[in-house]
Amino acid sequence: MKVLLLIALFPLTITTLAQQKIEGKVVDQKGRALPGVSIAIKDSYDGATSDSLGNFSFNSTEKGKVLVEATYTGYSSYNKMVELDGKDLKLDISLKELITELKAVVITAGSFEAGDKKKTTVLSSLDIVTTASAEGDITGALKTLPGTQQVGETGGLFVRGGAATEAKIYIDGNLVNNFFYSSLPGIASRGRFNPFLFKGTVFSSGGYSALYGQALSSALILESTDLPERTEANLSINVIGVGGGLQKLAKDKKSSWGATYNFSHLGPAFAIIKQRQDYFKVPVFHEGDFNFRKRLPKGGMLKYFGYWSVGKLGYRVNDIDSNSLKNSLKLDNFNTYQNINWKGNLGKGWKFISGISFSTDKQDIDNELQDANNNKLIFQNPQGYAYKNYNLTTKSYYAQARLVIEKKLWGLSMLRFGSDYFHSNEKSFYTLYDSSQYNRTLKENLFASFAETDFYLSNALAVKLGTRLEHSQIMDKWNIAPRVSLAYKVGKNSQASLAYGMFYQNPESQLQPAVNGIGFAKASHYILQYQKITSLQTFRSEIFYKNYDHLYKTDASNPGQQVAVNNNGHGYAKGIEFFWRDKKTIKNMDYWISYSFLDTKRDYLNFPQTMEPNFVAKHTASLVVKKFVTKLKMNINASYNFATGRPYYQLKYDNSQNKYIVGDAGRTIPYNNLGFSVNYLPSIGKKDAKSFSVWVLSISNLLGQEQIFNYNYGMINGTKQAIRPTSKRFVYIGWFISFGIDQTENVINNNL
Amino acid sequence: MKRLLVIASLLICTFAVNAQSEKFITAMKENIAAITPAFQKPDDLLALANKFERIATAEKNQWLPYYYAAYCQVNYAFMNADKSKSDALADKATALIKQADALEANNSEISCIKSMIATVHLTVDPMNRYMEYGPESEKNLQAALKQDPTNPRPEMLIGQGLKFTPEQFGGGCGTALEKLEAAKTKFESFKPVTELHPNWGKEYNQQLIDDCKK
Repeated sequence: MKVLLLIALFPLTITTLAQQKIEGKVVDQKGRALPGVSIAIKDSYDGATSDSLGNFSFNSTEKGKVLVEATYTGYSSYNKMVELDGKDLKLDISLKELITELKAVVITAGSFEAGDKKKTTVLSSLDIVTTASAEGDITGALKTLPGTQQVGETGGLFVRGGAATEAKIYIDGNLVNNFFYSSLPGIASRGRFNPFLFKGTVFSSGGYSALYGQALSSALILESTDLPERTEANLSINVIGVGGGLQKLAKDKKSSWGATYNFSHLGPAFAIIKQRQDYFKVPVFHEGDFNFRKRLPKGGMLKYFGYWSVGKLGYRVNDIDSNSLKNSLKLDNFNTYQNINWKGNLGKGWKFISGISFSTDKQDIDNELQDANNNKLIFQNPQGYAYKNYNLTTKSYYAQARLVIEKKLWGLSMLRFGSDYFHSNEKSFYTLYDSSQYNRTLKENLFASFAETDFYLSNALAVKLGTRLEHSQIMDKWNIAPRVSLAYKVGKNSQASLAYGMFYQNPESQLQPAVNGIGFAKASHYILQYQKITSLQTFRSEIFYKNYDHLYKTDASNPGQQVAVNNNGHGYAKGIEFFWRDKKTIKNMDYWISYSFLDTKRDYLNFPQTMEPNFVAKHTASLVVKKFVTKLKMNINASYNFATGRPYYQLKYDNSQNKYIVGDAGRTIPYNNLGFSVNYLPSIGKKDAKSFSVWVLSISNLLGQEQIFNYNYGMINGTKQAIRPTSKRFVYIGWFISFGIDQTENVINNNL
Repeated sequence: MKRLLVIASLLICTFAVNAQSEKFITAMKENIAAITPAFQKPDDLLALANKFERIATAEKNQWLPYYYAAYCQVNYAFMNADKSKSDALADKATALIKQADALEANNSEISCIKSMIATVHLTVDPMNRYMEYGPESEKNLQAALKQDPTNPRPEMLIGQGLKFTPEQFGGGCGTALEKLEAAKTKFESFKPVTELHPNWGKEYNQQLIDDCKK
């Protein structure tokens, strides 16, 4: 009996005694030592962690066939069955690096990203609203990045030698036609949409994806926010108006809705800040938006965004062609925009992203010649005066449907394809001084199909190949646009990227109806980029060359109209750009510097020859500084924008030569603008505060430096007149307050 | 004879089970004791996290090794100077604490770790992340307080957070001390369920109090 017990216990004792040493080295596929790797015998306590040289060693009492595992975040795991028989074992382990978002290169040539999650972002969403010169406008912040021009007499983005019409803006994949408020000559308009509506911004100054088209220069891709963090109401009072809104998050946190309303009246502000124009109707706007968002099963999302705005303004200026007459301009605008975006997961790596958008825009512009007492005067002669009395009413309708299918391939590799259908119907009614009316209806159906693949050959090399096919009904022409970009990791935090692409664009509506047989305008982009990003510093530089072909030309055959008569125009743009952002060197301070050099010439519209367009400066630079002063609970921001002088031309029609010629020409004075803003957050740190308020003070052109954007010339006597900002400086003061309605904790109070 | 055989085999079984349990307790004790010194050498914290994870995967139904693995992992993430790695390290801690959570639901100690993980994510880019991870961290500490009002650690972590928050933002030693003193009182009477259960932080809490009183 005793013997039996002994026998029974014997194997156990043996097990506890027999020990073997297991040692080895862990390396990656390139043979470099991997420290911190966990090596384990499955289902036992035995194992080790590799040291700084990748070496590991441990003793085990296990016996027989066991599974050895090695695991390390970001690497494929290693599994090997080994036989343990009391003898020491040597294991050489090689782990393969997985292609992960964290480590892989990102194709970034030509594009700047603003957002909060991705590692390649250059700006955060908050940066857009805290950039001093941006004045809360998305495109204002982008004007501190390389590649953009400091054009102040009109809205829009002028990118790398391209006109504003060559840059297109998309919300959740759908084109936005009237992104900027309607405006009159000489007044730069802002973007309509509140920057807080978007969680991500990709600003491409060239070489953008095949998913987008109809923009020769640049694409600005905005992604709307998902569900709000909590239910919240907010109010704002500022020097230009009042507003309020509500965001309601459902109890189950799966859906939300929200609505806002804003009323702007520039009367009080204009009473204090003198405007160059004499406003008989100060700008007044009513606008509102509504949104609904619902999270769907399997990572799907449904979003609706609707917007409307009504605006009126009217002013007089001294008529450029005479000493005693005035020119009066009045604008009425009604704009709506609606966007539905639905994305979902089809399983097995398939996803779809669909969108429908619909927008309308009605504009009514009245131009009158007036005498000293503001009475309308009608002239039959000279023609130059006669044409200054007119009414132009436009009614535009746009609709878009879009479907993108996405298939995840191996690793991060991805295939995307889809279609886009864009319909526009633009009606214009042009009434002249003698009541003669010219009506025009432009209908276009633009169809596009596209496919794009991202190939990740390793963490160090990625290639994006894309093609876009478009058909324009109005021109009855097809185009096919290939796009290629490539990114290669040259160091731990640095990468080099290349991009090439062909881009096509229709004639913009004021050039229509173009002559029959005219084709697309075309641009080819070549971009080479180097960038180095660490969590606190970003450096990037790009060299680009852009070739323009088939730009639209106009002539004087249709007086009062600028119709494309051919597309024999052409041009080029080349340059080098630098961007440096640093949050490290100076404590509690964040700054960035951008510099762009641009060499561009083109022959388009009524240009008599190939020349530097009047919207570009050779050298442009910006410095943006942000500092949070904890003691004062203030965020202090400053920015300095500089550009060398822009060329200007007096283009006049020479009847003897039957063509436009350059009369006067020159270069404007350099542009300087020091912007300053302070955000004061008094609620920070207040225990159990029911509301959170932010005060904003912002001043543009703090130093009152003289700014001349361009020159106008009188049609009749050729009087030269500088185009300046509408006021020397502008001061904005605002108060924003938000109330958490059913908040369980005070987010900012406790955690900033 | 047959009976004897049965008894013998039963004995062996009991012995084996006891041996295993013994082995578990010994290993856990040894590793728990190694945690405090490991704070001087972050790489040791990672090695300990791996050790606890090995125990956890071998045992399969014990939540404590997962808990300690996550605790070591999150502290390793905190001490890692390379912020670009913090998210991945914190994600690993999340994977571990989820396993603990699955074995031991609604545990105050587990909620504390979840809060610490959110704080790691937050520190990568506080300006842009406080809206997401601030409430996440706060929510878990509130849950921890509710799940076990006698646990001193949630209060200590709240106090620690306040200590490192500028006074202007409602932090500073003044408000922190209130919480830290409350934690201290709880530490005095806190008894872990077993000697393997979490029982850390008393000295650290005192250190925070001393710093504040300086």
